This record gives sequence, C-alpha cells and structure tokens, in this order.
Amino acid sequence: MPGFGLTLGFSLTYVTLLVLIPLGGLLLYTTKLSWSEFGAVILDPRVLASFKLSFGASLIAAVVNLFFGLIVAWTLARYNFFGKKIVDALVDLPFALPTAVAGIALAAIFAQNGWIGSFLEPLGIQIAYSRAGVVVALVFIGLPFVVRTVQPVIEEFEKEFEEVSTSLGASWWQTFSRVILPSLMPALLTGFALSFARALGEYGSIIFISSNMPFVSEIVPLIIVTKLSQFDYVGATAVGTVMLLATFVILFFINAIQIYSREKSL
Amino acid sequence: MKFLKSKSLFGVAIAVLALVAPFIHAADITLLNVSYDPTREFYKEYNQAFAKHWKELKGDTVTVRQSHGGSGAQARSVIDGLDADVVTLALAYDVDAIAEKAHAIDPNWQKRFTHNSAPYTSTIVFLVRKGNPKGIKDWDDLAKSDVKVITPNPKTSGGARWNHLAAWGYGLEKYGSEDKAREFVSKIYANVPVLDSGARGATNTFVQRGLGDVLIAWENEAILSINELGRDKFDIVVPSISILAEPSVSIVDKNVAKKGTKEVATAYLQYLYSKEGQRIAAKNYYRPTDPEIVKESESTFPKLKLFSIDALFNGWGEAQKKHFADGGEFDKIFASIKR
Repeated sequence: MPGFGLTLGFSLTYVTLLVLIPLGGLLLYTTKLSWSEFGAVILDPRVLASFKLSFGASLIAAVVNLFFGLIVAWTLARYNFFGKKIVDALVDLPFALPTAVAGIALAAIFAQNGWIGSFLEPLGIQIAYSRAGVVVALVFIGLPFVVRTVQPVIEEFEKEFEEVSTSLGASWWQTFSRVILPSLMPALLTGFALSFARALGEYGSIIFISSNMPFVSEIVPLIIVTKLSQFDYVGATAVGTVMLLATFVILFFINAIQIYSREKSL
Repeated sequence: MKFLKSKSLFGVAIAVLALVAPFIHAADITLLNVSYDPTREFYKEYNQAFAKHWKELKGDTVTVRQSHGGSGAQARSVIDGLDADVVTLALAYDVDAIAEKAHAIDPNWQKRFTHNSAPYTSTIVFLVRKGNPKGIKDWDDLAKSDVKVITPNPKTSGGARWNHLAAWGYGLEKYGSEDKAREFVSKIYANVPVLDSGARGATNTFVQRGLGDVLIAWENEAILSINELGRDKFDIVVPSISILAEPSVSIVDKNVAKKGTKEVATAYLQYLYSKEGQRIAAKNYYRPTDPEIVKESESTFPKLKLFSIDALFNGWGEAQKKHFADGGEFDKIFASIKR
C-alpha cells in the first residue's frame, strides 16, 4: 500500500501530541511524591472507598449494558418495525447529550418527587441520591457503546450458518450459544470494554444523581475534583495515575480475552 | 493608482486624527473581574455604575468583563494563568491560594482595603418550606434526628465551608468546648442525605427535587431563591448566632503590573466602598459595611449575633487546615458517621 510511511508518521505524531504527552505529564507530575506520600494518598480510606464504588459501579453498568445492549442491537439488526429509525437514533442520544444535562434529567426523574421516583418511593426503592443512582447514570451513558459495536456484526452475520445449524437438528438455544454468540464475542467484549472505560471516567452525569457522601457514594473523579479544590494538584494527579494504570491493565486483559476468543472462533 | 490610494488613505487618517484629537487622552480600558457564581447580577449592575463614575472622573471608558464559576475553581484558573485584574471571591482562603501558589498577589492583600478587604458581607441562614413544618428556629433544630438538612460539600464548595464553620461556631458558643462542637456538627451532618458539589446544586436539590426540610444557605442566595421561586413556597429562618461571611476582593498584582491597569483596578475595588457601590450591594442582598447604607437597608437584613472567622477560628489559613484539609474535622466526622 502506498503512503504507509507518511500516514504512520502522521499517526504516531498525532497520538503522541494528543495522548502520550498529556498522560506522560500526569505520570511525571506524580513523581513529585515519594512512595510513602503516594501510598498515603492512595490508601486513604475515603479514596479507597471511591475506587471501590467507581470500579464496582462501572463493572455492574458494563455488564447490564452488555446484556441489554445485545438485545437492543439484535432487535434493531434483525427486525423491522414501526419507528425503528427513531429507536435507532435514540440509542445515540447518550453520546451527544452533555453528561451534566443527563445527570440533572436522571436526578429529576428518579428523585422522590420525580416521574419514576414517585412510584419507586412507596416500594422503598431509592435510586436517586444513592449508589443505585450511580449505576443508573453509568448504564445510561454506556449503552450506545455496546449497541454500536455489536449491531453491525449481527447485521453482517450470514443467515446460512443459522439455517445450517437448525437443519442439522440444533435447538434455537444451541444455535444461539454455539454458532451466533461466539462470532459476536469479540464485538461484545469491545463494547463491554468501551462502556466500562467510559463509565470509569464519568463525572457530570453522576454528581447530580449520587448523594456524593464520603465513604458511600463518592466516585473517583469527584475525589480528584475535591483535591483540586483544595489546590492539592499532586494528590489529584496521584489518584488520576492510579485510575490510568488500572484502566490500562483492565483494557489490556479485555483485549487479551478478545484476541483469544477471536482465534478460538475462527 | 497606487500612489493615489495611499495619498487618499493618508488624507483620511489626517481627517480622523483631527476629529479624534480632542479626546485622544481618553483611553479604552478593559478589566477582567474573576468572581464566583452568585455575584453575576450584582457585578453586572456595579460595573455599569463604576464605568460611569470613571468616565466622569477621568474620561476613560472602562469595560469590565466578568467571569463566574465556583470560587475555588476560579482561583485555580487565576493560578493557572487567567489574566484577571481583580478577583472578588467567596472566601479569603481562595485569594490566599493565588498569593501563595502563583505569587500573583501581595501576601498582605487583606490589609489593603478596609474591613479585611471585604466591602460587603453576608451570613448563613436557613431556607425552610412554607410554614416551617418542622418548626426550625435555630441551629439546635438541625441536629434533631427527624430533620433532613441540605448543605453542599465543604471540600468542593467555598460556600459550604462557611456553613460548616457557622454550625461549628454555634456549637462552640453554646456548648463551650471543641469536643462538644464536633459532636454537635456530627449530628447535623448525620442528617444530611445529599452533599452536592456546589451551592447552586444544593439549592436545586432542596427546591426542585423537594429533598430535605432545611437548606443551609448564604443569606443573599436564600433571599434570591425566595424572590425567584415565590414567597408562597419557602420561608427564611434567621438563627440566633451565625458567621460573618466576608467575600474577599483583591487586585491581582502580577497582572495589573503587566497590563498597566493598577490604578483603575484599585479604584474599581475602592468604589465598592462608596455609597453607590454599597447601595448596589445591598440591593443585591449583600450586607453593606457603610454605616449609613446599613441604616438604609435595615429592613432587608434582620439583626443577629455574628462572629467573625478571625475571632473564632484564627483566620482562614487555620480554619482550612483544621477543618477541611484531608484528615481534618470534616473527614473525621464523616469517617465516624455510620451509615
């Protein structure tokens, strides 16, 4: 292919300027701390609690999105129904909507006097201003990632495979789990990883629906903002660095699983 | 052709110069006032008044640009290089931070204008639902177990730090010891269902979402909320004792030196102390400091016992370190509250 040298050079420069240098700066800034100071920042019980919440809620949200995103993608790819184009467009809404607006809207709906909240309140279910609210916000912003990565794969899936499987006597479930699912796996995992990674860094939509209680419903990005409001730049970058490394490790593993499952399915 | 054109241009330039010459000493000056959220309307009005005053005094046209946001975030912007001529922030600590971290402000800034460089003040009051169904009268009622209290997070909101210190100060005055004050403030925080990151967010939670029985708020914000949302929905309760909230103003020495705006920036802040400046502040529900305007606006601002942060907490530096730094009183309280 012609133009390889030029495009590669451009890509590397571009990625370096936009990604590597800012992230490198973050790491470099953290080195202002000694190991024990770094440990003190990271192992503070309040910070640990926020790590637990951020990773836990993001994981739950990504799993929820994996499952329901697959159903939405399947429906959109396989069936024709009235208003399909509108539903298809709605999936992208969480992409485009400013996250703070999403957060305020979700809080308004799920608060005890909101449309949905007022029905849940008598049942003793509290979504807004609790950890559940954090998950709801993360499910909202993560949904398009799964749908948009899986949908094209389903659309391109050869119907003949299913027909062969059925004609050989496989049940619907066997066809789905042995034939369809494995070939969707790489796309599903990508969607899962994207949704998870997006959720980890989410700030705007959560702070309005979470009660932001120390040790209970404080997310990591809020801890970082908290540290910045105290002009504790180094502490903030230390927490940010941990986030960065953790995300990197997780994405690395998900990619490894993805490669493994792709090789297996081929 | 070219020659002709340049000649005619020259002519135009001469003509313009002749027209403008009598005013040539009049300059166009632009100032940037970096402030916090709730002062938007106040400074909009004040900037016009000052521009008029300065025009009459010096003949120069002053345009003041405004920047608003959370007080701490605004201070950070100035530290990171926003070229503010003056800062008018919610608390002295934020101005101190600019002095300390960026060396952009003289460390003795608080002595440069009267009243600790706080031309107008405010205090912390309670906003309750109409008719005050929980019968809230004073700080003690906030510590009762059936009362839900809304206040923002003092770690992210400058305003909330005043709330915290006001409650603490009441505890100290009433119960006489630090331990008792801590216990008292813990009880209030145990009643808080949501810690919003900023004051406006907390107001939203209380007003729009209908959460909580009482909102701890700045007096000017409370009056504004009532004016905007209707007197039929909320009441203001003024406690017996509260804190004297002193929003601080300073010129940003480094920037005015660079831009040559020191004189006009200083005059801009000085004019806040004038009768007109004080009147505009009072109109926007900030308590004036000029005795004459205080008298004029007596009906707006109920009298209550006010303690200053210097008297009870030995200034912002110490208050910040003791109460809001990591591992400080606020953190200790939340670590001890079992949920």
